[in-house]
Amino acid sequence: LFLNRKGVLAVPKSEEELGWKDIEPGCAVSEPGNAAQYRTGDWRSIRPVWDHAKCIKCGVCYIFCPDAAIHKNEEGYFEADLYYCKGCGICAHECITGCIKMVEEAE
Amino acid sequence: MGKRVGIENSIAAADAIKMANVDVVAAYPITPQTHIVEHLAELVADGELDAEFIPVESEHSAMSVCCGSVAVGARTFTCTSAQGLALMNEIVFIAASLRLPIIMILANRSLSGPLSIWNDHTDVMSVRDCGWIQVFADNGQELFDHILFAYRVGEDPNVSLPVMVNIDGFIVTHVIEAVEYWEEEQVKKYLPPFKPVNILHPDKPITMGAFGMPGIFSEAKKAQDEALIASKPHIMKAWDEMAQIVGRRYEPVETYQLEGAETAFLTMGSFSETASIAIDTLREQGKPVGQIKLRLWRPFPFDEIREAAKSIKKLIVIDRAISYGGPGGPVASEIRAALYREKNMPAIANFLCGFAGRDVTANDFIKMYEKTEELARSKKPIREEDYIFYGVRE
Repeated sequence: LFLNRKGVLAVPKSEEELGWKDIEPGCAVSEPGNAAQYRTGDWRSIRPVWDHAKCIKCGVCYIFCPDAAIHKNEEGYFEADLYYCKGCGICAHECITGCIKMVEEAE
Repeated sequence: MGKRVGIENSIAAADAIKMANVDVVAAYPITPQTHIVEHLAELVADGELDAEFIPVESEHSAMSVCCGSVAVGARTFTCTSAQGLALMNEIVFIAASLRLPIIMILANRSLSGPLSIWNDHTDVMSVRDCGWIQVFADNGQELFDHILFAYRVGEDPNVSLPVMVNIDGFIVTHVIEAVEYWEEEQVKKYLPPFKPVNILHPDKPITMGAFGMPGIFSEAKKAQDEALIASKPHIMKAWDEMAQIVGRRYEPVETYQLEGAETAFLTMGSFSETASIAIDTLREQGKPVGQIKLRLWRPFPFDEIREAAKSIKKLIVIDRAISYGGPGGPVASEIRAALYREKNMPAIANFLCGFAGRDVTANDFIKMYEKTEELARSKKPIREEDYIFYGVRE
């Protein structure tokens, strides 16, 4: 929920649901931080998969991820948030032990 | 009533901008806009106008500065001509899509090449579809009035669009005329303080100029088109109120001697005054000739054009720009489109003339009238692609 221009609490519509009358004058985005809703994961054709046998939990993948889409789970291993991960493969390229493999989404 | 002053129109225009109490002027010098901006620079330097004068390095930067300053709620002015407009082109379109009420005087000049500094309408026609409100002023007084009108309309929260005031370079900008200045009280009554619809402010962060994916772009364009169309009643209201305050009434389409006219000239800008002199002469000879003046170019006044042309048999449309390899002049194209389904659509003779400052006198208008009558007598239909380069040597 967010406070819209008329001061009414509203459910944000997705881009595909907006009609032309819903658009703010000048296409201004009046809801700060709503880029978080943007599913950049849609762009992905390959996805990172961690081999926990080789992973040393160093966090290099987490540091290098340009979209901050990698986080640490409860066991201390790193994993990608597939809502945002674009599948760029930088994590796999930088991984010291080579534990990250990029897997085709089609598979 | 305000004081009537004999003054160069450019200086009067700068004084009108001062009376609008602008906060920011960002402009790059280009002939024939120069005197307007020079005088504004003097007014700021002399402390007569409390504004930021930003001497940018190009017109692209000028329009960019204007976008930024309006986005934070500053009343803003810029001014350019021809090549300057071409250089700022990219941002001109963005200003409209962001709904930023920037006010710009376009001192109309020919787009190169050949390189020229003189007047025609090739510059304004190059941004015909930029989404701004576009009006034409015929003389110094109309320019003065339309600067205040532009701020009033553009900044109206129901409108929130940039406004371009077109004025013929040299022919009007550099001429000394009698201009009736507004009184401070009149300006105050007519032009409320600028309250932007959107404003960049840390207390309520918003994003302007976000990326538009294919899923939203068409809706954004439809919203922009509707916004420009919906500005019309507010334009009318602003002209109405101006008439009440200073006693001068402007209309989207104005007419002269149209009563009983069978043939009419359709003109824009300073040519309108020259054409009316020719009409006086022709009327004295008993010729049924009148005039339609197009003041509001965007949003295009379809109904008013149809109403004005409804009993006209031959319409002489004067264009001061050309669509190369197309249907002649851009004004004639629009007029044909507007009249296409009309029961008594007039024959339209399209004359292209007055390029890059070539003089078109009242006598030339008489010759164009005679040529049109001759075409009509020949019984050959005038086709869309038939346009006449008036006065061009073989």
